[in-house]
Amino acid sequence: MNTPDRDPARSGTPLPQRQAALIDLLDRLLSGGVVVTGDVVLSIADIDLVRISLRALIVSISEQNPGPWGAGPAGRTATP
Amino acid sequence: MTAGSLVYVYAVAREPAATLVTMAGTLTGVAGSPVHLVLRSPALAAVVSPVPERDFHETALRRHLEDLGWLEALARAHHGVIEAFSTHATVLPLRLATVYRDDDRVRAVLHDRQGLFLDRLGRLDGHVELGVKIYVDRGSDTPSEPAPPAASSSDPPLGPGRSYLRHRRAEQDSRNDAERAAERAAERIEATARAHAVERARHRIQEGELATAPGVNVSNDAYLVPAAHADAFRAEALRSTDGLTGVRVDVTGPWAPYSFAGLPEPDPPGSAP
Repeated sequence: MNTPDRDPARSGTPLPQRQAALIDLLDRLLSGGVVVTGDVVLSIADIDLVRISLRALIVSISEQNPGPWGAGPAGRTATP
Repeated sequence: MTAGSLVYVYAVAREPAATLVTMAGTLTGVAGSPVHLVLRSPALAAVVSPVPERDFHETALRRHLEDLGWLEALARAHHGVIEAFSTHATVLPLRLATVYRDDDRVRAVLHDRQGLFLDRLGRLDGHVELGVKIYVDRGSDTPSEPAPPAASSSDPPLGPGRSYLRHRRAEQDSRNDAERAAERAAERIEATARAHAVERARHRIQEGELATAPGVNVSNDAYLVPAAHADAFRAEALRSTDGLTGVRVDVTGPWAPYSFAGLPEPDPPGSAP
């Protein structure tokens, strides 16, 4: 097994093949994962602060394109 | 546990086979440090690595997370470890930057939360996450630029006003067409999800400087799909734009089930395969 930072595209693993786009990764890592209170406590609100601080990069500061069927905040639903 | 270090936790898995223990020994995690497992017999293991306290105590961490370069390095290292394990076992990813004082504290958490962890691991067993994004083409839409003045040689020349309106109308029509196409694609993807997926998570629309893919992102969803259905789901989702113009679908993954590791919503999961 290769170390993950060594050419993940060639690691021969069945899971993702090429380097994930940072934005797709941040979508998942900043709002996903199970929250267990650690000894160093960054609350969910703090993670939101990351988003606010990097808003220009991660989300648009303009509301110009909400999309035809809207985009709720990240939230989980059973499949339709 | 060396002085001045803390323990970064990536994920929780069921107490692993020997191959996983071996694999942990080959992985490098956040801050370039070696990954190991913290075991809590008989059931659970946490995937962890030491991190320097100077960078991961609360104040430093908060400050670092505001730095996109640092955040990216953290995110990629976190993901790299989870991805490696998730090819061999069901893992429950933890939220980015979950940090404990030492292995004993991690062991205590495994003990305290054992029921919760096992429950969620059971729910995720044999499933992968796939991302599905729909984009609408921007087309020739450059709103700040007025229509080219009536230049059409064969038609009688239009006044600048009428020419502008015609241009806007054409623009509007193609935008409406693209939005209708996107809705059609979304309907097809929902049908695909009913056949293959067990849960859906909505992420926010991708915008801003990191959103470099062409077109305008109009939906950004994640689906929890049985691994055996992943290829079919992907292929069908990609076919959702067949015969449609002005719309594009991007499928990412399979991912470890990041978007489905949180608290179960009031389900029931609509349709199991």
